[in-house]
Amino acid sequence: MSQQIIAEIASRQMKAKVPEFRVGDTVRIGVRVVEGSRERVQEFEGVTIRKRGDGINLNFTVRRVASHGVGVERTFLLHAPRLESITVVRRGKVRRARLFYLRGLTGKAARIKERR
Amino acid sequence: MIEGLLGRKIGMTQVFGASGEVVPVTVLEVGPCIVTQVRTSERDGYEAVQLGYREVTAKRLTKPERGHLAGAGRLLRYLREFAADRVDEHHVGDVVRADLFRAGQLIDVTGTSKGRGFQGVVRRHGFSGGPRTHGQSDRHRAPGSIGAGTTPGRVWKNTRMAGRMGNRRVTVQNLQVVEVLVDRNLLLVRGSVPGAKNGLVMVRRAVRAR
Repeated sequence: MSQQIIAEIASRQMKAKVPEFRVGDTVRIGVRVVEGSRERVQEFEGVTIRKRGDGINLNFTVRRVASHGVGVERTFLLHAPRLESITVVRRGKVRRARLFYLRGLTGKAARIKERR
Repeated sequence: MIEGLLGRKIGMTQVFGASGEVVPVTVLEVGPCIVTQVRTSERDGYEAVQLGYREVTAKRLTKPERGHLAGAGRLLRYLREFAADRVDEHHVGDVVRADLFRAGQLIDVTGTSKGRGFQGVVRRHGFSGGPRTHGQSDRHRAPGSIGAGTTPGRVWKNTRMAGRMGNRRVTVQNLQVVEVLVDRNLLLVRGSVPGAKNGLVMVRRAVRAR
């Protein structure tokens, strides 16, 4: 009974529809950023290297290699209202749940096979 | 107005605040509480309202308890007194609900903390314990000195030592009500609340609200 009430309160906060994506997929995230008084959507694209938690507390980390070969990782809360959109750009075939090994790889070695 | 209500802890979850930030909340079921007795200054020397919470079957109560609750018309497991500013407004059998509170209000929540059993001084009082290295033996979690020598020649009362931890009455002050779901008697409170799930809690309007 208690668990049902908790689940219900959590589900009210959750987004109705989120695209299915896995670790290894390349995703484009739209994040709402407030700059002074105006608000705009900033995009962030990269490989999902981790998914953790469940329900309302599900978060995931996206890694992208920015200019000068600097790796940038950002963690998002899936159901956060600031997270405007998620689009799966490319689906990847990986054999592990956490892709932390990508941090040590660059260039061709850091490629991920496409899943079909 | 009664200053508070009885209820039980449902559990914790999170909600999103106005600017999209995560707010940790404890869900409490408060009420419905039934007025079981009204204390008046003429008869009792003070004014208060006794509230009952959680309906049970007759076999859960003793005969005197059933007799006490006859006027209220319901069999209730928990009875607690709350101060009220106008006791003559309340009558035995009245139902008090979660609409006593509103979002944004500050409240105090009283519960019985989870029992931790017999715990040492490090866990119970946050002592640092002894040195890990430099030839120490059997001193890692020891309490250290518990007093002076010949004077006073005894250990002071209330010296912090190992013993039973938890399972006592704890009040957390100035918790913010995030949301009130009146139809389901639910209260979403920012932060944590003492006690285990399904534990009895007393929710009162904050006495030291800033």
